[in-house]
Amino acid sequence: MNFQAIKSIYIFEMARFFRTLMQSFISPVISTSLYFVVFGTAIGSRIESVEGVGYGAFIVPGLIMLSVMTQATSNASFGIYFPKFIGTIYELLSAPVSFFEITVGYVGAAATKAMFIGLVILATSFLFVDFTIEHPIAMIAFLTLTCLSFSLLGFIIGIWAGNFEQLQLIPLLIITPLVFLGGSFYSVTMLPPIWQTITMFNPVVYLISGFRWSFFGTADVSIGLSLFAIGLFTCICLGIIAWIFRTGWRIRQ
Amino acid sequence: MKNIVEVRSLTKTYDGGFEALKSVDLDIKQGEIIALLGPNGAGKTTLISSICGITRATSGTISIGGHDNVTAFRAARNLVGLVPQEINLEPFEKVINTVRFSRGLFGKAPSDAYIESVLKSLSLWDKKDSKVMALSGGMKRRVLIAKALAHEPRVLFLDEPTAGVDVELRKDMWEVVAKLKEDGVTIILTTHYIEEAEAIADRIGVIASGEILLVEDKADLMTRMGQKTLKVDLAEPISEIPKGLSAYDLTIEGEGLLYSYDTKTDRTGITSLLADLQKAGLKMTDLQTRQSSLEEIFVSLVADKEGAA
Repeated sequence: MNFQAIKSIYIFEMARFFRTLMQSFISPVISTSLYFVVFGTAIGSRIESVEGVGYGAFIVPGLIMLSVMTQATSNASFGIYFPKFIGTIYELLSAPVSFFEITVGYVGAAATKAMFIGLVILATSFLFVDFTIEHPIAMIAFLTLTCLSFSLLGFIIGIWAGNFEQLQLIPLLIITPLVFLGGSFYSVTMLPPIWQTITMFNPVVYLISGFRWSFFGTADVSIGLSLFAIGLFTCICLGIIAWIFRTGWRIRQ
Repeated sequence: MKNIVEVRSLTKTYDGGFEALKSVDLDIKQGEIIALLGPNGAGKTTLISSICGITRATSGTISIGGHDNVTAFRAARNLVGLVPQEINLEPFEKVINTVRFSRGLFGKAPSDAYIESVLKSLSLWDKKDSKVMALSGGMKRRVLIAKALAHEPRVLFLDEPTAGVDVELRKDMWEVVAKLKEDGVTIILTTHYIEEAEAIADRIGVIASGEILLVEDKADLMTRMGQKTLKVDLAEPISEIPKGLSAYDLTIEGEGLLYSYDTKTDRTGITSLLADLQKAGLKMTDLQTRQSSLEEIFVSLVADKEGAA
């Protein structure tokens, strides 16, 4: 195992993040603050509580998940797409590294960035609403798993993408709608029965529900099912990446 | 001398059906500089990319330092550095960080002392903290070389290192290459420039339409190139060579005579030929000399190849 290479890729990718620290840091803080002002304060004041939790606090896990999923996907997809775009991928291909090591380096860095942003949003939330985290260890575990699995997804998108438009396509057309409709801002039980059934096909529901459980101890679906869903999603992504690496699809002619 | 790279029956057909390499065999000797000459699209870059692991060969084997480049890719690739043809660099990163990255990617422990020596030898040390995008084209090429050398490779591939580079920088590059050879690094370079091959290579390979047409010691090629011809234009055409001139290697061509001689010998025979021409009563109107250059050999080889294809 070429640990030195993993470390180098990780450091190089994190350097990109630190170069743009202000953008990386300020944009999630501002957008979260806006969500709190609009949903938490303006609309939330008309909603008493959801499942015994004040609406302002209720949306915190959803907001974190919304940002973490989109950030993890876009960071990881950009991370591997950029070397393809500027041509520096030649170096990865000619180095004594396995694709596993390349994935660990890029996905690890993207997941770290997403995690950092998730924690920044969490810290920002405390400025707006009062809440406690019931299961902090489970919260960190869910956050980590989500960062990792969506970074894996982003990595696949980055390899697949042939141009910058395609890079944006999946996050825009699939991930954002799934997250919005996945109970970020509401409880699934608030929906009409037919929509409740449809919603259950949305994998993001399980992630947000599990994450919310770690905060408030209440969930739309059982915690075991949430864990199973996120584990399954991670496995599917890993399987696709393993196939990409075996065939060299879109990477090595 | 031991072979450090051995290419056997290598073929490469791209997905679109284009046959870039047709059963290439090539041995590269340890410590030599070999120049691969060939027109655009000849397969030079495909050959290098296959050896370095960037493209997958369709069939055939490649071994580097005795390690198969597929089954023992780590050991094989550890020995190899590649300077690509295109300037492919991360624009926003500092020079020194991109070089450190390359070293780490090849599994080598960080060594600021070694990286300093590489950057200094390429006159990049005072640019080490500049962002790559702020450098001139020539400097970027040096960064590519620094990256390729960052992990102390034993075999260095230079894919058209001096394309679009000014004369001064080209000379600098040649010096760098000579220095690396002194250190025992084997160098394979592709080039369009015949004079570049003449200036620095030990052996010269010619590649066209995916096939290696010849691989020869430069010295042998130079001997072939040492042949010169003198063309003597005559005022009045002659039908046969006068008796007094039979000792010379002369042929009649059009209105004049052709004389072949070797520039490498002490006596070319030109002076006495001219004197004897006068004795024979022939009137000269003009004299021209011609040398068959590597370029001509190259062009005729490639033209034959492409004519046959």
